[in-house]
Amino acid sequence: MARVIVDVMLKPEILDPQGRAVQGALGRLGLSGVADVRQGKKFVIELEGDLDDARRATLDELAGELLSNPVIENYTMMVLDDEAGV
Amino acid sequence: MSARIGVVTFPGSLDDADAARAVTIAGGEAVSLWHGDDDVKNVDAVVLPGGFSYGDYLRCGAIARFAPVMGTIIDAAHRGMPVFGICNGFQILCETHLLPGALTRNDHLHFVCRDQKLRIENTASDWTRDFTPGQEIVIPLKNGEGGYVADEDTLDCLEGDGRVIARYLDVNPNGSRRDIAGITNERGNVVGLMPHPEHAVESLTGPSTDGLIFFASVLSSLMAGAGR
Repeated sequence: MARVIVDVMLKPEILDPQGRAVQGALGRLGLSGVADVRQGKKFVIELEGDLDDARRATLDELAGELLSNPVIENYTMMVLDDEAGV
Repeated sequence: MSARIGVVTFPGSLDDADAARAVTIAGGEAVSLWHGDDDVKNVDAVVLPGGFSYGDYLRCGAIARFAPVMGTIIDAAHRGMPVFGICNGFQILCETHLLPGALTRNDHLHFVCRDQKLRIENTASDWTRDFTPGQEIVIPLKNGEGGYVADEDTLDCLEGDGRVIARYLDVNPNGSRRDIAGITNERGNVVGLMPHPEHAVESLTGPSTDGLIFFASVLSSLMAGAGR
């Protein structure tokens, strides 16, 4: 069993109005000095069996094609075995 | 024989019936296409209608892009078939990369629904050829993620090549870069537009009948290009 984490974030130059709204709320709720908030997505993917090179390559491709839109987003991929937890 | 214009229904499409109605009023034959079917029934052009395909899960249009019907439509678009994406359809066209850029959350975060004034800036595309250059029109706009973004080079390229087909006038309703409401590809057969011309085809229900001109345009294009 392998577990793969894919984090997707808007590119720095893309305006993130949701992050900005959260930044405002954090301030209103008593957290001072919030310089910036960016909101992203996290995918936790559990795979049967080991993650061989072929499946890793397929997943990497799909992370850039389906899970993220390369026009506006960047992604990072991290592979964990199941003992490591998330 | 009138041209056959396909209208795709995805799970979550809302405006497929209005788009088909607009095609019929313009004088075309509307043909229903199903997302799960890769057969496009020999249509001459395709409309990707507005709505919330796949519930807007993941990103707007991101899952619809991989529907079986889209594989056929993408191939046909590359061969020059006219394709018009309205609202969610525009988002799908950007996800397929048939059009550059992306549509993102409105900068003010609110869903916006209004009668929107636009200026038509390209009358060479297959979907805008019946407009007069610079024509100002009013059609409904309704979106939550309609902010058009692209990098500066892409925006400059779109402007330089005259590929901005329509720009917002008076109000920029969603934070779109350079007030862009719609764009076309280099060939002029693929067009994406955030506002909804299919809701402005009859005086009883629309703010105008300006929307009809998009659908009349593609019929003119097909007529002009018959046999190409």
